[in-house]
Amino acid sequence: MTAESTARPSRVAFTPNWSARLAWLGLAAYALYAASILDVTWERFASGLEQGARFIARMFPPETAAEKMALMLRGLYESLEIAVIASVLGILLSLPIGLLAARNLMPPWLTWPLRLLIALCRSFHQVIIAIIFVKAVGFGALAGILALTVGSIGFVAKLFAEAIEEISLKQVEAIRATGASFLNVVAYSVMPQVLTRFVGFSTYQFDSNLRNSTMVGIVGAGGIGGTMFAAFQKFDYDYLLTILLAIIAMIMVSEILQNAVKRIFR
Amino acid sequence: MSEPQQSAAAAALQIRGLSKEYRRGVPVLRDVSLTVAPTGITAIIGPSGTGKSTLIRCINRLVEPTAGQIFVHGVDVTRLNRRKLREMRRSIGMVFQEYNLVERLTVMENVLSGRLGYMSSIKAWLRRYPQADIEAAFELLDTVGLTDYANQRADALSGGQRQRVGIARAVMQRPQIMLADEPTSSLDPKTSVEIMELMVSIARTRNIPVVVNIHNVPLARRFATHIVGMTGGRIVYDGDPAGLTDDHLKQIYGGEDWLE
Repeated sequence: MTAESTARPSRVAFTPNWSARLAWLGLAAYALYAASILDVTWERFASGLEQGARFIARMFPPETAAEKMALMLRGLYESLEIAVIASVLGILLSLPIGLLAARNLMPPWLTWPLRLLIALCRSFHQVIIAIIFVKAVGFGALAGILALTVGSIGFVAKLFAEAIEEISLKQVEAIRATGASFLNVVAYSVMPQVLTRFVGFSTYQFDSNLRNSTMVGIVGAGGIGGTMFAAFQKFDYDYLLTILLAIIAMIMVSEILQNAVKRIFR
Repeated sequence: MSEPQQSAAAAALQIRGLSKEYRRGVPVLRDVSLTVAPTGITAIIGPSGTGKSTLIRCINRLVEPTAGQIFVHGVDVTRLNRRKLREMRRSIGMVFQEYNLVERLTVMENVLSGRLGYMSSIKAWLRRYPQADIEAAFELLDTVGLTDYANQRADALSGGQRQRVGIARAVMQRPQIMLADEPTSSLDPKTSVEIMELMVSIARTRNIPVVVNIHNVPLARRFATHIVGMTGGRIVYDGDPAGLTDDHLKQIYGGEDWLE
């Protein structure tokens, strides 16, 4: 070593980020504390596994009686209807709401109330909204449709507004300069830039609605959920397995359809 | 009152006392006055950030002027309400530095969008353009040499091809005046000349006056019939290309080391 190199202190390429390290440490400490408060122990988990195995064993073989299959198919079909209607309604309503909530195209006095509306739609899980609608319009599919529509607006309108806020305004300026009306500006410069993303959000939301439509029945808002919940309570685990398998099949078919739709609109 | 109105009507464009402040007390344009003849190419030269883009955007009110009057073929655009302004914009074509094509639409849709001001929303959405417009669009694509690209998406084109579409879209409006904001600044030198030649030849054959922002002085000298030099938001030269001296250029761009 030469005298020159020893004289210079070694330089640090990466400065330690102490606040980030402290944050990670704090998070780990809190997780351990919360686990101890909530009585989360390995013994309980191990005994739970054992019970779970017994529960699954009792589910075999799945129920295949014709009358129960018919009941299940009716419930499944109702769930599908709830999901389709709620998705169509939710997506159609999300288009104008999302557009009017985009802060780069609309004045603040319009975007603020609409963003508040979207936030309200997002604040509760669909099952909670379904409980409210069951109280309002009574048991059945209508409550489920309304609940999932509200949930769809919360998701699709928010993402749609955000997608519009990211578009290139140069293209909008060019169409505006031709003397096009506002609706034509939207149709020719806003929509082309966001259409593929909008289709993506919409198919994702349909997928989500399909899964949620099998659940709102638990609170009486129509669909397969009611039948499933009854099977649970009557310890009819064979039937429960049949229903679960049918739901899995339905979700998989919808997955294939969604991919086809996305390919068409790409 | 009637005397200036008459002189305004004779010109394609007359600007009087135009000022623009984006922030109060920070003027970008200071008392700009300018008259553009009914034919010919007017080049506005000047350094970046001197208000050329703002000036040209005030003419079709993509930017709202703070003060002053702008007459396009005798009509004061600063006084128009929103509906009248849209009608006025239909007769003002515009070409942009970065082409501003709608990337995900086809070349044909981009060219036809020059007619959007005349289309109802339903017909525009369904692409139900009058057959005459479609024929005109194909003729324009022939003129700019992009007939084979009609059904390609705009984002598949090169810069020069995009600007040709941009010009076709502006001409599709059958404009009474054409504005071009640095139409060649994003292009290589050879393509820049080709684009300028194309724009100038279309404007000549169709008798459309052109106002073009350009910071490339040789290009301006080569194509313009009228040169306006701007610096610091003010016009400091207004006259023939022949009359533009090195002294003027020193005043417009500052310094002299860059002059050959």
